[in-house]
Amino acid sequence: MVDSVFSDLPSAAPDAAVTLDGVTKIYDSGVMAVGPLDLDVARGEFISLLGPSGCGKSTVLRLIAGLAAPTSGSIAVAQSAGVSRPDHRIGFVFQEPTLMPWTSVRENVGLPLKLAHRPAAEAQTKIDAALAQVGLSDFAERFPRELSGGMKMRVSLARALVTSPDILLMDEPFAALDEITRFRLNNDLLELWRSLRMTVIFVTHSVFESVYLSQRVLVMTARPGRLSAEIRVETEEPRGEAFRTSIAYADYCRRVSDALAPAYAGASAL
Amino acid sequence: MSASGQQKISVPARPGTRPALSLVLPVLVLAAGLGVWELVVQLNAIPPYVLPGPVLVLQTLFSDWDVLSQSLLTTLITTAEGFVAAALGGIALALVFNQSKWLEYALFPYAIVLQVTPVIAIAPLLLIYLPQQTAVVVCAWIVGFFPVLSNTALGLNSVDRNLLGLFQLYRASKLQTLRYLKLPAALPYILGGLRIAGGLSLIGAVVAEIAAGSAGAGSGLAYRIAESGYRLNIPRMFAALLLLSVAGIVIYAVLALFSYLVLRRWHESALGKDT
Repeated sequence: MVDSVFSDLPSAAPDAAVTLDGVTKIYDSGVMAVGPLDLDVARGEFISLLGPSGCGKSTVLRLIAGLAAPTSGSIAVAQSAGVSRPDHRIGFVFQEPTLMPWTSVRENVGLPLKLAHRPAAEAQTKIDAALAQVGLSDFAERFPRELSGGMKMRVSLARALVTSPDILLMDEPFAALDEITRFRLNNDLLELWRSLRMTVIFVTHSVFESVYLSQRVLVMTARPGRLSAEIRVETEEPRGEAFRTSIAYADYCRRVSDALAPAYAGASAL
Repeated sequence: MSASGQQKISVPARPGTRPALSLVLPVLVLAAGLGVWELVVQLNAIPPYVLPGPVLVLQTLFSDWDVLSQSLLTTLITTAEGFVAAALGGIALALVFNQSKWLEYALFPYAIVLQVTPVIAIAPLLLIYLPQQTAVVVCAWIVGFFPVLSNTALGLNSVDRNLLGLFQLYRASKLQTLRYLKLPAALPYILGGLRIAGGLSLIGAVVAEIAAGSAGAGSGLAYRIAESGYRLNIPRMFAALLLLSVAGIVIYAVLALFSYLVLRRWHESALGKDT
């Protein structure tokens, strides 16, 4: 059934960063997790995948990252001219910080460079830059257990940024954090996105987070995950706390919630 | 034998109990026990070849120190050789199993067979086919090796799945994954296995020495115990037994300390309660 997985680039817009065409994923157990799914993400775009738990959002990210292969359909990730190593165009932030507890923040952030055999001097510069981007310059020599949940997530983000990826995949990264920390990280993420001009695909089950962060919210159905609605969030940039408390924001949230409701109605477990 | 690699190094005192009490009480019990023992021996005038008192045992320990220390050294060397072989063999085999499922399926059952067959039953056979010193070391290796193998295997398989995904994302080679991820992640388990193996190697060495001793050869502490038994030199038996116990405690303490020093910066088992 695996036909044309890594075939020629589908006829998408030339500035597409990620293109999914008729992608399905069926697990060995026979469970159909995703699909069929079509998705186009433009270069520099910030999109959110929103859906109920277990709808295959995370699976979509894993498919894009190449951590799993689709059962059918094709996935194209655009080559970036500026990046010499093709495998470094993607950064991934997991649901948990996923840090190595036995070593320092510096070593954790530098891991992708170490695995790519980058020279130590160059690595140190990049690690320092990545730590500065997430505001953790003073914590380079700490161990993960000495940090708070929010700081651990920042380390995880710095590790994803250290290779200067042009696509950042984030899998419910802030779900376990308290609301204040989450708001701050949302703002910092938006700022990083603006300054680094990355493509961000952000998976979440929070309506409010998806509307606040993204230019496009893609609502997914219950398993098997398919796209059921697409809501474009158009507002003044850069966004900030003013947007979070605006009427327009509340309005978008209501529209997204309404679009999400059928997915939950369809989920038999609830 | 389940791989229980996660023993606590030190049990923190429960809130409310003073730590001093947990030290004083066992010492008091020991002193009381020894006192009663000495008293019973004195009052009933029990001859030393039936039951020597603790004072006589201590005296024997000093008077026979030349013989006993020589035997202690022999046993410790055997134990150390068995332990090092068990550690290297167990870790190496676990690494091989981790890289190749085929080899694991093919060989793991035999590792279990080695483990469940009582070493006391294997020792006499080994003594027939191997030179005595080699046979004794092999016995120490047999009993020490399985906990290291099974703990290391457990540790290597307990790596965070997301971290594995991360290494996959950045195209880590098998060697890099092993060196930077699997081995450090398995370290607490490996150290737990080593702590068990240390004590077991001593047991293996003693068992083999007893078997060798009944064949009329040997010079280790266990052989000393068997020989003293034949000669009704009961005080020396007790003195040798005391040395064996102390040796076991020291081996455990050294390995526990080593484990603590290696893990203290990051692993739960080596951290205080408040952190």
